[in-house]
Amino acid sequence: MSKKLSMQQRYAALTRDLDWTPDYVDPAKVFPLTSFEGIKVHDWSAWSDPFRLTVDTYHKYQAEKDKRLYAVIDGFAQGQGHLSLSDAQYLNAMKLFIQGVTPLEYAAHRHFAQLARHFDGPGPRFAALCQSIDELRHTQTEVHTLSQYNKYYGGMHSNWKMFDRVWYLSVPKSYFEDAMSAGPFESLIAISFSFEYLLTNLLFVPFMSGASFNGDLPSMTFGFSAQSDESRHMTLGLEAIKFLLEQDEANVPIIQAWIDKWFWRGYRLVALIAQMIDYMLPKKVMSWKESFELYFEEQMLNGLFKDLEFYGIRPPMHVQQAIEEKEILSHQVAWTLYQFSFAAGFNTTVPDEEHQAWLREQYPDTFDKLFAPQWAKAKKIQEEGGRFFFQGLPQLCQVCQVPMLFTEVGDPETICQRQVVYEDERYDFCSDGCQWVFEREPEKYVQAWLPVHQIYQGVCGGPSVPEVLAWYGLQEGDSGEYIGSLDHKDWLAWHATAPVGS
Amino acid sequence: MTTGTPVKSVGVELQESSDDARMVIEAIQRDNADVVVSYLPGLVKVQSPGELVIRRETVEELLGRPWETHEFQLVIVSYYGHIGEWDDDQIVIKWDH
Repeated sequence: MSKKLSMQQRYAALTRDLDWTPDYVDPAKVFPLTSFEGIKVHDWSAWSDPFRLTVDTYHKYQAEKDKRLYAVIDGFAQGQGHLSLSDAQYLNAMKLFIQGVTPLEYAAHRHFAQLARHFDGPGPRFAALCQSIDELRHTQTEVHTLSQYNKYYGGMHSNWKMFDRVWYLSVPKSYFEDAMSAGPFESLIAISFSFEYLLTNLLFVPFMSGASFNGDLPSMTFGFSAQSDESRHMTLGLEAIKFLLEQDEANVPIIQAWIDKWFWRGYRLVALIAQMIDYMLPKKVMSWKESFELYFEEQMLNGLFKDLEFYGIRPPMHVQQAIEEKEILSHQVAWTLYQFSFAAGFNTTVPDEEHQAWLREQYPDTFDKLFAPQWAKAKKIQEEGGRFFFQGLPQLCQVCQVPMLFTEVGDPETICQRQVVYEDERYDFCSDGCQWVFEREPEKYVQAWLPVHQIYQGVCGGPSVPEVLAWYGLQEGDSGEYIGSLDHKDWLAWHATAPVGS
Repeated sequence: MTTGTPVKSVGVELQESSDDARMVIEAIQRDNADVVVSYLPGLVKVQSPGELVIRRETVEELLGRPWETHEFQLVIVSYYGHIGEWDDDQIVIKWDH
């Protein structure tokens, strides 16, 4: 006998030898949630986890990751690291991150704790347990990291309250709540497969590479530290889908419909990221279009979906629209946020000449034709001492909750509007994809908490803009135009060449 | 965009950080023909047609110290493909079908 157990033996000892089959309680009562979705599992032991983590290795490596991160945060705090950023405007991206992404990490922590309880098989239970702890670690490390900036800059102070209340943050919030209120298999496909495997690279990699390029070392470090867990989460997503597809042919159409739904839901969510990549990073890493082509078209459509063809799975429905939109998505979202930033937890401004030159280069077919004229108009208003803000509240899509800003496929100047009447009530959608999602489960989506409707119902602090903003938890300087904002003034003062102590 | 390649590629993205990460990249280059290495701020992208192998022995030789394959978790940022094998001696990433 060898001195030490191999990785396989240790993993088997943890996930198989410690498991038992209940005999005096009906297993269906122990695991009551894994039958109603119609998914058939014949052999839970066929689940494999290539990471083969055990309790001791998990903690050993997670502790090492945390040690590295906290060393960076210490050095950053001691060295006035916040002054080494490329520009204070960069932090708008991190404001969006702590408001909209960090609470999702916490939601994921809860979600995977639930899955860790409810799956019948010990392999997926343990993988979900590790992920649940990972997600809590991400929440904590992100808060610790960004608290370094919160000392000096606006927009980061009330992220939990904002996540629950602010209009654009209902986009990520409702996405996750949709997943968590589904059954365990659908929510696994939603988060682990469609979000973690299909789309997370689009979110994290440009975000973190952008942090690195813009002098934000702690965010880069937490990002890569979190992302190293993410590769385990991607594996859980891929193992899950392969396992379920291999267990029973009857699972295939159910899973296909979930892929169709959750691809579209996730894609609409990352619209916020698209504008972040193209408009919020002072030093650019890659454009949304390039990132989409690399991480989605090349790696997923030409890699993953070719692999899944074997099981009878085809690329997500409505994927063609996403491909068509890659030339226009980030611009349309950025323009909307520019108009509504009087009610947001970040600042926006007209991209400067250099920035527009880069956008022109990245989007030769669309930028000058469709978007440069809008920015020119906004700039002229600003030069004349004004600032263009939209007067009023936007209509939101009933499913993705993004304002109705998207255009018809092939016609980037006509806003796409779809309507469905359900039980005598009219519902509006931004796209065929969101309409399709609604029509599958209207009884679910009629319950959506739409921020604009809520304001009109009078439950968001009051009828006026200042009352709503106060209810959102926003403070002076958090919102509106960047030029002349508190962050901008502070940044200029801190970088003025004044001697120390003067 | 590089579409229509006859062999589907797989790849990993690693942190551009410590010597450890550099040695892992060198080991990947040594053990896999035709890898393409590219750089983004803070991160290194390694792509390989068909399959990508990380061998413990090669990494240990380059680092000059013992290295468990679990340590790969400290440098990996992301990957695409399917982790077909991860044991004490090697990690293999490839598509199954």
